[in-house]
Amino acid sequence: MNGLDDTLNLPREKVSQRIALLRGTGTLSGLKWRENLLAYVFLGPSLILFGIFFFYPMIQSVYLSLHSTDLTGRVNGFVGLDNFIYLVKNDFFLHGLKITLYFALLTVPTSILVALLLAALSNGKRKGLTLFQFAYSLPVVLSVGSSSVIWMFLFHPSLGMFNYFLSLLHMSPINWLVDPKWALLSVSLMTVWMNLGFNYIILSSGLRGIPDEIRESAAIDGAGPLRLFVRILLPLLSPTLFFLVIVSIISSFQAFGQINILTHGGPMNSTNVLVFSIYQEAFENFRFGTGSAQALVLFIIIIILTLVQFKWAEKKVHYQ
Amino acid sequence: MRRQITASVHYIVLAILALAVIYPVLYAFATSLMSMGEASSYPPHVVPHHLNFRNFVDVFDLVPIAAFIKNTFLVSIVVMLGQLVTSSMAAYAFARMNFKGKNLLFAAFMATMMIPWEVTIIPNYLTIRGWDWLDSYQGLIVPFLAASFGTFLLRQFFLQLPMELFEAARMDGCGHVRIFLSHVIPLSRPALGTLAVYSFLHMWNSYLWPLLITNSDQMRTVQIGIGMLQHQETTQWNLVFSGIVLVILPSLLMLALGLKQLVRGMTVGALKG
Repeated sequence: MNGLDDTLNLPREKVSQRIALLRGTGTLSGLKWRENLLAYVFLGPSLILFGIFFFYPMIQSVYLSLHSTDLTGRVNGFVGLDNFIYLVKNDFFLHGLKITLYFALLTVPTSILVALLLAALSNGKRKGLTLFQFAYSLPVVLSVGSSSVIWMFLFHPSLGMFNYFLSLLHMSPINWLVDPKWALLSVSLMTVWMNLGFNYIILSSGLRGIPDEIRESAAIDGAGPLRLFVRILLPLLSPTLFFLVIVSIISSFQAFGQINILTHGGPMNSTNVLVFSIYQEAFENFRFGTGSAQALVLFIIIIILTLVQFKWAEKKVHYQ
Repeated sequence: MRRQITASVHYIVLAILALAVIYPVLYAFATSLMSMGEASSYPPHVVPHHLNFRNFVDVFDLVPIAAFIKNTFLVSIVVMLGQLVTSSMAAYAFARMNFKGKNLLFAAFMATMMIPWEVTIIPNYLTIRGWDWLDSYQGLIVPFLAASFGTFLLRQFFLQLPMELFEAARMDGCGHVRIFLSHVIPLSRPALGTLAVYSFLHMWNSYLWPLLITNSDQMRTVQIGIGMLQHQETTQWNLVFSGIVLVILPSLLMLALGLKQLVRGMTVGALKG
């Protein structure tokens, strides 16, 4: 848009440039014009790519969600809000939302609390902590694909390690991924592990950012390590924690890989989370319209969460 | 004395927790070296009796893992280089240039970072299919060549470069292109390194997109290939895990060499809030 304006303004700019030259005051507007053009050249590649693979799809999603499509994704006709009404009237979508919420509730607090524990224990000046920091960060580089396959074997009902450990404790084996009561818990357990690395890195960086003097003066005042942590470090860490809560909720709403590999949404849809349901609707049932409608619902949920974070961050700046 | 006891208790707790966290990876490494019988026996073996390094050769016969690795390396490297170029250019424009619509465009870039990619996946799939790019390198690479995260990360870094640098360069008669290429880029190696590690790992680990748009064995990426290995689960667990180890090895190497870069990249987001 702006690039276009610039080219249209070309003659006028040139004239003013010439006038400026005649007056001997330099070519300020000419420089400005060149800087504008150059900036758009610099931004060009990113702008084009975002336009094609981000902004256009956003509009296209809205368009698709208001239309019905055939099996190849061609639009059949305008259906208004029918796709959304279909979603609300059908159990599978509300069920999927409910499962996604459960999944978020099971994974977000647990993985943040465990990571907080690890960060608190491995933060300090003792020797050799780097090694532990490496170990606790490790899950961050592992992909959902390979992690899921490893855990699939750990969960194996007869030969898996988890049931073997249970048998060592004289407990009866669990059908981790097959039992509808356990499947979501099992997938959550694996997801908590996967998120540990990221949460640990964020939280320990946050802890490291707290100045030493604060710890020292608390120690002088006679606070023990536990009191120091709960009363002083935790409140100072709260912006980081809040960031992590929002980011984790958003990422829990995006879970797909572990579901696809470990349970494929089953047993009895007990792990059918939102993104998996979008995937099934669009790429297994070839209903791109209702799939897009679901994607838009996901979009709205995530936008709300992001806005909550920004509002809160703004407040924090004002009151601190 | 009491201090020594607390210190050793601390270390023991740390070690137990570390073992628990890395256990799945240790398990993968141990199983990858077992013989076929050992890997699927009950009670399970915790460590292999012999180190069967042959597994790492045999797995290549089980699935076309060489092709998976080659594809994924190619895609990850090209995307990494592409993101370095597009992001650093865009970041320079946002950090150091004045132009019309700057704020609006910056907001638009940030929006792409906040909105999850899953939301756009259906239209993107239809686009790529429409261009006949299914099952091709272009299809795997092109949608990821620009990164708002990278732009944001590098912009933050460029803004921190000393103002004098730019004034001095301007005095010497350098234009934006010269300043960008011969001053800003060489000084930004740490930030570029962070983006490189991050984008490589992201592509190496990506799952949903390659799952959607590839379907021949010759075009699959490692993460999908690993998923294919699980269907062989009945007999050859040891080979499945050799495959997994081959796939996670580059990631672990990245962690060992680039933990600092990774941490820097991740905390950019955390500290802005």
